[in-house]
Amino acid sequence: MESSGSWVGTITLANFNTSASTLLERWSEIYPTLPPWIWVSCSRLPCGASRKGEGYLVLENIHQFMLDEEGGGEEGKCNEEVKLHNVLLDDCGRERFCGEDDSFDHDMLVESCDQETCVFDFHIVYSSSYRVPVLYFYAYRSDGQPLGLADIEHSLPPHSLKILQEARWTYMTREEHPHLNRPWFMLHPCGTSDWMKLLFDGNLFANELIVKQYLLSWLSVVGQAIGLKIPSGILKWPK
Amino acid sequence: MDLDKDAQKLVWGAAVPLQIYLDESEITTLTPPPPFLVLGPRLGYLPLLIPLLKPHFNSSLPPGVDTIWFDYKGLPLKWYIPIGVLFDLLCAEPERPWNLTVHFRGYPSEILTPCEGEDSIKWSFINSLKEAAYIINGNCKNVMNMSQSDQVELWKCVGKAALEGYCRISSKLKLGTTMEEYIARIQSSLMQPTQGISDADNVGPSRAGRIPVRLYVRCIEEDLDDLTDATAINSWDQISYLNQPIEIRNNEGTYLTLHDALKVLLPDVFMDESSIDEQMSNMLLEDVPQQYTESDSQGGELEKVSSMGNNTVAFTSDRQSPQCSPSKSRVKLIRIQGIEPRLDLPLSWVISNLLNPEFYLHICVYLEVSPSQVERR
Repeated sequence: MESSGSWVGTITLANFNTSASTLLERWSEIYPTLPPWIWVSCSRLPCGASRKGEGYLVLENIHQFMLDEEGGGEEGKCNEEVKLHNVLLDDCGRERFCGEDDSFDHDMLVESCDQETCVFDFHIVYSSSYRVPVLYFYAYRSDGQPLGLADIEHSLPPHSLKILQEARWTYMTREEHPHLNRPWFMLHPCGTSDWMKLLFDGNLFANELIVKQYLLSWLSVVGQAIGLKIPSGILKWPK
Repeated sequence: MDLDKDAQKLVWGAAVPLQIYLDESEITTLTPPPPFLVLGPRLGYLPLLIPLLKPHFNSSLPPGVDTIWFDYKGLPLKWYIPIGVLFDLLCAEPERPWNLTVHFRGYPSEILTPCEGEDSIKWSFINSLKEAAYIINGNCKNVMNMSQSDQVELWKCVGKAALEGYCRISSKLKLGTTMEEYIARIQSSLMQPTQGISDADNVGPSRAGRIPVRLYVRCIEEDLDDLTDATAINSWDQISYLNQPIEIRNNEGTYLTLHDALKVLLPDVFMDESSIDEQMSNMLLEDVPQQYTESDSQGGELEKVSSMGNNTVAFTSDRQSPQCSPSKSRVKLIRIQGIEPRLDLPLSWVISNLLNPEFYLHICVYLEVSPSQVERR
């Protein structure tokens, strides 16, 4: 076991892949009826120029962050969504990392559901530049029509909207999806390694544990930017 | 100015002669407006030409709000790729002037990221610079902490291709790009023990010896006598794009060539004997369930789609996936800044002279494949 004190908060591609498998497993354990994260392997280069096994994580068809209490028409799904909503709202465990008080305003989230339902696809892609995961997402109406920034602003948690207004070009912008060649929203990763280091700071974890928890911990923070919250139960911290 | 950097001056002065037509569907006048001729700086971006273009075409346009974009032979051009790179990549045989079409309406927002004026371009540039800084230095503090005036000035210098002003400001970012500096970094990182969850061969505390590279791979028909016969690109899906730093850690101060760097990036294309053996042994390690849709055993495009269910989680090796038999694609040509460089060029020279202002090396690689594979792509 080594101290994480000198660790810079990044993760290798191999460890990203390992950590991804933990995320898949834990997610499905906790939300057996929700859409699962799926691993998609892909090659970005033509044959003869093949590269090391790369892929990304996919979570698709998430209606209004599964927080839509009012607008759901599908019975089963709606119930599950309500349950998830409650679970998520109980969790305040990670908030110190975004420097906010409990700003996940229940009313705000419910209110936003009065508007036409947004559907979100989330992809987690490894950035070999920053050596961290990057969250990409695509938003569309239930009829498939893609949504722009102005359309999704009302769906963002207040603290996230505030950052967006202050840092329009360096927080959440549309960028080319590295695997799909088309514009997706991206949460900028330039500060990720710093706050990932903070996240594990002061804890003497075995490397293996950091690797396993990396993506879950990361998602618990980064997901908050768009209202996708992870309950603390999904993180297993050693006593 | 360093004598060693003579080519850099030429690169900064280089431009692509453009002949820009207004899209037919947007012409409201009886006679179509003549095309607009302009020199597009290699290091510049197409939307920066709009202030020049707009007055020329303005009187022909239908009423409406401008959402300006360009296409070449029907392919919408990504505005955030420098003009010179677009030209190197999309014109197999350089076409002069380069005939482009400008559109003021009907932005293809499903294909291109939105461009909201010069701010979009500037910030795309700054964000790339930040990413490059992170790759080179392991952090991007120097870019983040750049003063507002320096930021404005730096962008102005890029827009005007003013090399001296650019060097004055960019030197403050301390993104040394000489091989000596890289090697010094590599050596210092080798002195330090591996820490945290770093892999010995991957993440070092200083992330030394990484070169920011944007690689564009295009497949063309093999045995073409004339590059003008190459099938035109009609979708970006036909281009393999990789934003992947070159790691040059394994060489301990030895003389590095461009070939060495490309070998790191595309080991199967630029390989040597030993790496074939290594690939074969790594293939045996791979046991992730996979489905292949292989277009041709001779090589060419191959997509691997593996879906991992909850219980079929199996990652064994990140080093190599057995996507196809190696050495089936041949390199037809490589272009950097319009040059087809010799592969034995010292990497230090390439870095000193051919970087774009955001510190990225943009490399276009043309691979030869059988004609059927080109069409399928």
